[in-house]
Amino acid sequence: MTKFSLLDHESVPKHEIIAEGELKSVLSKFLIDKEQLPKIKVQDPVSKEIGAAVGDVVKITRKSQTAGEADYYRLVIE
Amino acid sequence: MANVPPIPKRIASIKFGLLSPKEIRKMSSTPIITADTYDDDGFPIDMGLMDTKLGVIDPGLRCKTCSGRAGECPGHFGHIELVAPVVHVGFNKVIRKLLRATCRKCSKILLDPAQKQHFLDQLLAVEGIGHMPDDLINEAYKEASKVKSCPYCNEEQLDIKFEKPTEYLENGEKLTPTEIRDRFENIPDDDIMVVGMDPKNARPEWMILTVLPVPPVTVRPSITLESGQRSEDDLTHKLVDIIRINQRFQENREAGAPQLIIEDLWELLQYHVTTFFDNSVSGIPPARHRSGRPLKTLSQRLKGKEGRFRGSLSGKRVNFSARTVISPDPNLSINEVGVPMPIARILTMPSVVTQRNIEHLKVYVRNGEDVHPGANYVLRTDGRRIKVTNMNKDDLADKLEFGWVVERQLKDGDIVLFNRQPSLHKMSIMAHSVKVLPNKTFRLNPAVCPPYNADFDGDEMNMHALQTEESRAEAKILMQVQENIISPRFGGPIIGGIHDHISGLFLLTRFENHITSHEAYDLLRRSRARNLPEPAGHDDDGKPFWTGKQIFSQILPEGLNMEFTAQVCAHCDTCKKGDCVNDAYVIIRNSELLMGTIDEAAIGAFKGKVQDRIIKEIGPEVGSRFIDDMTKLAIRAIMRTGLSFGIADEDIPKEARIQINEVLAKAEDAVQNLIKSYLNKELEPLPGRTLDETIEMSIMQKLGKARDETGGIADSHMGLENSAVIMARSGARGSILNLTQMAACVGQQAVRGERIRRGYSGRTLTHFQVGDLGSDAHGFVKASYKSGLSPTEYFFHAIGGREGLVDTAVRTSQSGYLQRRLVNALQDLEVQYDLTVRDTRGVLVQFKYGEDGINPTKSDFSKPDTIHRIVRSVVDKKVA
Repeated sequence: MTKFSLLDHESVPKHEIIAEGELKSVLSKFLIDKEQLPKIKVQDPVSKEIGAAVGDVVKITRKSQTAGEADYYRLVIE
Repeated sequence: MANVPPIPKRIASIKFGLLSPKEIRKMSSTPIITADTYDDDGFPIDMGLMDTKLGVIDPGLRCKTCSGRAGECPGHFGHIELVAPVVHVGFNKVIRKLLRATCRKCSKILLDPAQKQHFLDQLLAVEGIGHMPDDLINEAYKEASKVKSCPYCNEEQLDIKFEKPTEYLENGEKLTPTEIRDRFENIPDDDIMVVGMDPKNARPEWMILTVLPVPPVTVRPSITLESGQRSEDDLTHKLVDIIRINQRFQENREAGAPQLIIEDLWELLQYHVTTFFDNSVSGIPPARHRSGRPLKTLSQRLKGKEGRFRGSLSGKRVNFSARTVISPDPNLSINEVGVPMPIARILTMPSVVTQRNIEHLKVYVRNGEDVHPGANYVLRTDGRRIKVTNMNKDDLADKLEFGWVVERQLKDGDIVLFNRQPSLHKMSIMAHSVKVLPNKTFRLNPAVCPPYNADFDGDEMNMHALQTEESRAEAKILMQVQENIISPRFGGPIIGGIHDHISGLFLLTRFENHITSHEAYDLLRRSRARNLPEPAGHDDDGKPFWTGKQIFSQILPEGLNMEFTAQVCAHCDTCKKGDCVNDAYVIIRNSELLMGTIDEAAIGAFKGKVQDRIIKEIGPEVGSRFIDDMTKLAIRAIMRTGLSFGIADEDIPKEARIQINEVLAKAEDAVQNLIKSYLNKELEPLPGRTLDETIEMSIMQKLGKARDETGGIADSHMGLENSAVIMARSGARGSILNLTQMAACVGQQAVRGERIRRGYSGRTLTHFQVGDLGSDAHGFVKASYKSGLSPTEYFFHAIGGREGLVDTAVRTSQSGYLQRRLVNALQDLEVQYDLTVRDTRGVLVQFKYGEDGINPTKSDFSKPDTIHRIVRSVVDKKVA
C-alpha cells in the first residue's frame, strides 16, 4: 500500500502546530485562554498526520472566498 | 473575558419512569377519603379534596405541610386508595403488547433464552451508539406474540383482544385489572429488560393503578363568584366523582352485593379515572359538567394549540401591542406609520412628570381618556395606579407632582415597532414614528412593502409601543426604517420605488417631454424642491418649457455624481456610453440628470443605484427624504399621462399573427422530422444521454426556440407606446415573457422540467394516438392567452400550473424549518467589537467576522467598487 499525506489533498487546508511564542501572541491578540479556542480531537486524521498532542494549538490556513486566506486556531483535545 | 468556565451548566441526564404505588404514598401528604370540600364555615375539611395539607390558595391560611402562605406554598400531592385496581388509559398500548408477549400462566416473556439474550445484546448496542431502541423493542414484542405455547411451562397461549377504551378480552372473556396486574407482577425483572423497560423505574404492574395521586390544590384552584358562591375546578369535580364511586364500591363490596353490581361499579370507577386523565378517549362519552360542557381534564390542559405547551410555554402574549389590517398611504414618509385613532387612544407611553413637562402632562390628564391626546393612567410615587376617568381627571391634573408617571396616549412622533410575520429577517421589525389617522387600518408608505413582504390584499401587521426611554432611543438609532434601507443580505437597498413609481419616472425621464412651469410646479408640489432651474427651451409660442430629466434633478440631493447603465439597456456588443441610442446610459453630474432614463436600476427596490449611492455617500436621513420625494414625484408623473392596460394592448397585427403561425408550423414540422428519424433509428444520441433523452431534449429545445421567436415577432410589433412594454422594459412589473404568452404563444407546459407524459398508458389524453410523440400530445400550447386555449391545451396548462402551486407550498414549509434550525443553532453567536465571532461562553467561532471583517451593508453590493470610487474621487484617476 502506498503511503500518502492527507495534507496533499486539495480540500485539506494547511495544518501546523504553532510554537509557544506564537501561541502567546495569538492568545493575547484575542484576549482569551487556550480553552476558548475552537477544538480539534487528537484522533482527528489531520492531528495524527502532523503529530499533534493534547494541549497543542494547531494553526489552520484556509482558503477563503471573502479574504483569500484566513487563519484559524484549534486546541487539540482528547 | 478570560477564565470563563468551559460550559455554564449541563443537564447530566433525564430519567423517565412510572410512579409506583409506594412512591405515590410516599410523596402524598394526606390520604383523601371524603368527597366534600368545605364545611359550613367555608373552611377546608380534613382529608377532603381541599385539605390544607395539599397547599393553600386562600389568603390568610397556612399550609399544614410546609406552613407556607398562599403564593409561597407550591402545593403538595395527596392520594386516593382505590378499592379495586383500574387501568391507566395512557398505557393501553403497552399493556396490550405485554399481555400478548407474556405467558398467561407463568408470566414469562414468550421467547427462548437465546432469543432473549439476542435482544438484550442488541438493546445494549443500540443504546451504546445513542440510537432510539423503538424498532428493536417492537420486534421483540412481535416475536413474542407469535409464540403459541409457552417455552417454559408449555401453557397454550390464548388470543388477547383489546376493546376500546379499557377492556381486555382473552378468548372472549373479560380480563379484570386485578388479573392483569397479577400477571404483570409475576414477570421476572430480567424479562422486563428484554422489552426495553427498566424494572427499577418502571414495573409493568404500575401501569394498573391501585393508588391515585391527587394533584395539589394549587393546580386546581377554586374561584369565588361575585355571588360569594364557590366554583370548583374541573379536576376537583372529577376527583369528587372518583371518591364517591370508590366509597360506594367499598360499601357494596363489604355488604356482599351481587357480582353484577360490583362489576358495574368497577366499570364506573374505571370510567371516572379514565376521564380524569383524558376526557377525549374515543369509545366513551366525555364526562360533562352540569351545564353540558365537557370537562377539561389533565390531558386537555396539555394538548393542542391552546394547551400548556403550545399555548402557555412556547406562545406568549404581549401588552402594549396592536394588530390590524394594513393599507397604503403614499403621503406618509417611509419612516411613518398611520395609526388608527381607536388604537392610539388605548396604547400609552409612560412619561415621568418633571419641571419641564408638567404643564403638557396636565393638559393630557385633563383631556382624560376620551379626548385625544389624553392620558389613561397616572402612577403615583407610592406605586398606586389610578385610572383617569371623566370623574377624576381635573382632580388628578391638579394633584400632579414631580416624580409621578403619566401614561399618556400615543401621539404623532412617538416611536413604535412595526412587524409583519413571518419575521424572516431583521427588516421584518422596524421602528416607525406614529401618525395618528382616522379609520381603522394601519397605513404605510407602499415603498416599505418589500422589506416586510407586505401587500394590501388583507395583510395584517402588529405594532408595539415602546415603554422605556432606552428602548425608544435604541429603536430610533438602530431600527428606524431609514437605517434599514440597505440590506445586509446583498449590500444594496431593499427599499425603493415599486410598480407605479418606476413606470412614473420612466415616463417622466425617458421621453422628450415639454413641461410647462404650471405642470412642473404641480409635479414637484409634494416634494421639498421649491425652485425651477433655467428652462430647457421655449416653445413656438414663446412659453418656456422644462424636460422631465430637469424635474427629476430637482429632488436629487446636492453633490451627486454617478454613471451607470439603466434597466432598459439593450446590452449592445460595445457600449457607446454617452452616445447610447436607447437613452439607457445614465449620467448624473453635480446632481443633474444629464442623460439616461430613470427606471428600476436607478430607483427600484433591491436594485436602485441612486438611493444606494445617496445613503452611502450622504447618509440615511437624506436617503429616506429622497425616497419620499421620489415616490411622490413618480406618482404625480404617472398621473400626468396616466398608464392603463387593457385587452386591446395584447392585439397584434394580422401579418404578425401569420408570421407566428408560420414559425409554429415550421417548429411542428421540425419536431415531426426529429420523431421520424428517431423512429427510423437514425437519430444520434447526445453524449451522455440515452436516445429517449436525446429526442425529448431536442424537441424541448426546438419548441422553446419557436416560442421565443414568436415572442420576438410580437415584441417587434409593440413599441414603447404599449403600456405593458413600458412596464416590462422599465422593470416596473411583468416581463417580456409574460407579454409573449399573452399575445403570441404560451409555449411548452412542463412537469419536473420535462414534457408532460403522465396520464394513460402510452398517451397523455385519449385525444391522441398511443405513442404519439408530437408537440401537441405532450403539452405544447400553441395558443396565446388572448386567443384562448383549446381544451387539451387548457388541461395541460392546468397540469403545469398545479405543479407550480405544489412546489411553492412544499418549498415554504421546508425552507421555514431549515431557517428555524439555523436560527436556533446560531442565535447566541455575536460579533464582538474586535470583530471576532464568539458564543456566550466567550469561545471563538470565527476569528474575524466573515473572514474579512467586512460589514456587508457598508459595501457596494459586496463588490470592491467603493474603494475604486473613493480613489478616483481623490486622485481623479482610475485604479487597476
